Amino acid sequence: YYYSSMAKDGGVSCLRSSEMLNVGIGGMEPPPLDLDEVHVLAVDDSLVDRIVIERLLRITSCKVTAVDSGWRALEFLGLDNDKASDEFDKLKVDMIITDYCMPGMTGYELLKKIKESSSFRQVPVVIMSSENVLTRIDRCLEEGAEDFLLKPVKLADVKRLRSCLTGDVKLSNGNKRKLPEDSVSVDTSLPPPPLSLTFSTNSSDSSPPLSPVEVFSSPLSSPEDDDDVLTSSPEGSPMSEESPIRRQKMGSPGLD
Amino acid sequence: MELVQMQKSLQDYTKSLFLDGVLDSQFLQLQQLQDESNPDFVSQVVTLFFQDSDRILNDLSLSLDQQVVDFKKVDPHVHQLKGSSSSIGAQRVKNACVVFRSFCEQQNVEGCHRCLQQVKKEYYLVKNRLETLFKLEQQIVASGGMIPAMELGF
Repeated sequence: YYYSSMAKDGGVSCLRSSEMLNVGIGGMEPPPLDLDEVHVLAVDDSLVDRIVIERLLRITSCKVTAVDSGWRALEFLGLDNDKASDEFDKLKVDMIITDYCMPGMTGYELLKKIKESSSFRQVPVVIMSSENVLTRIDRCLEEGAEDFLLKPVKLADVKRLRSCLTGDVKLSNGNKRKLPEDSVSVDTSLPPPPLSLTFSTNSSDSSPPLSPVEVFSSPLSSPEDDDDVLTSSPEGSPMSEESPIRRQKMGSPGLD
Repeated sequence: MELVQMQKSLQDYTKSLFLDGVLDSQFLQLQQLQDESNPDFVSQVVTLFFQDSDRILNDLSLSLDQQVVDFKKVDPHVHQLKGSSSSIGAQRVKNACVVFRSFCEQQNVEGCHRCLQQVKKEYYLVKNRLETLFKLEQQIVASGGMIPAMELGF
């Protein structure tokens, strides 16, 4: 099972007890909830990636709750059953960052569930993926994702996300952010991000013989097998639709 | 050995890992996340990577040894290893996983066996090199010295 702990620099995370023994973090009482602090829910089935994203967020002064699946994320948010629960009204989540490829519930499915909920639909959701697949990016942005980060995630990526968050208005009742009446999406409160930063240069893109292989996601891998629910073209598209060189973030409504 | 010499050895050794392509810039990213409040961050993450990878490689060996190989089981493992090796900057392991996945897609058992050997080779190499690197760091710290920050201008 998993429980909260405080790491040396004051961050809070949820790790399974076996994970905590491995990283040598002692169990301590979580600090009292500070409404001024940015609280991020991170979702990733990979332990290594969870540790890294958690550290990236903490080093940029976020409080972090890290969970290993979409179901645990919904459980944390109180969205895992139909009963409305009062205690979750006090839950303050300023951003959700999730891996795309996860067994069980994909990041895309989690995104949809969050956007369907009345309490958390205004929370920005960022998707992370190791694969630069344009149909995937489009699909996520269309569903209301705030941003799409290419893995491995870098400090510059998280710093940029963080600086976007501080521009938002926070109400004293926690997680519901009031938007200007005339805005349709949460993007209008953000400064337009530099286009080159979303997909930071990494070695996978700079080794030409391998990039074409990288772009095609395997139809056999079950974590990515979510094409059944979609109307957009399957991910194994011909090269003409997807270029490994293309780095632009797809524009979402309200950003331009 | 003098502290300054040890620090120089560490820098040269680290540099060689980048020049050989064993590590890529993502490893530098991890080093940026290490500070006084988290002085062992890199070795902690890398240790988790080793534990995770040992398990995955074991599962892969078992899966590929079956009479009938279930590629629906094999590919997710390789995907996972590709992801975690990418996250710590183990470039050659990651690249070997990319090739491995293309053979999975082709359902080529022979090819997958060869890929597994290649992935294991690269994995044991980076494991060995990183363990040496951490030992060098420990020696410096034990002698009362600071670990020099990696220069990016090479």
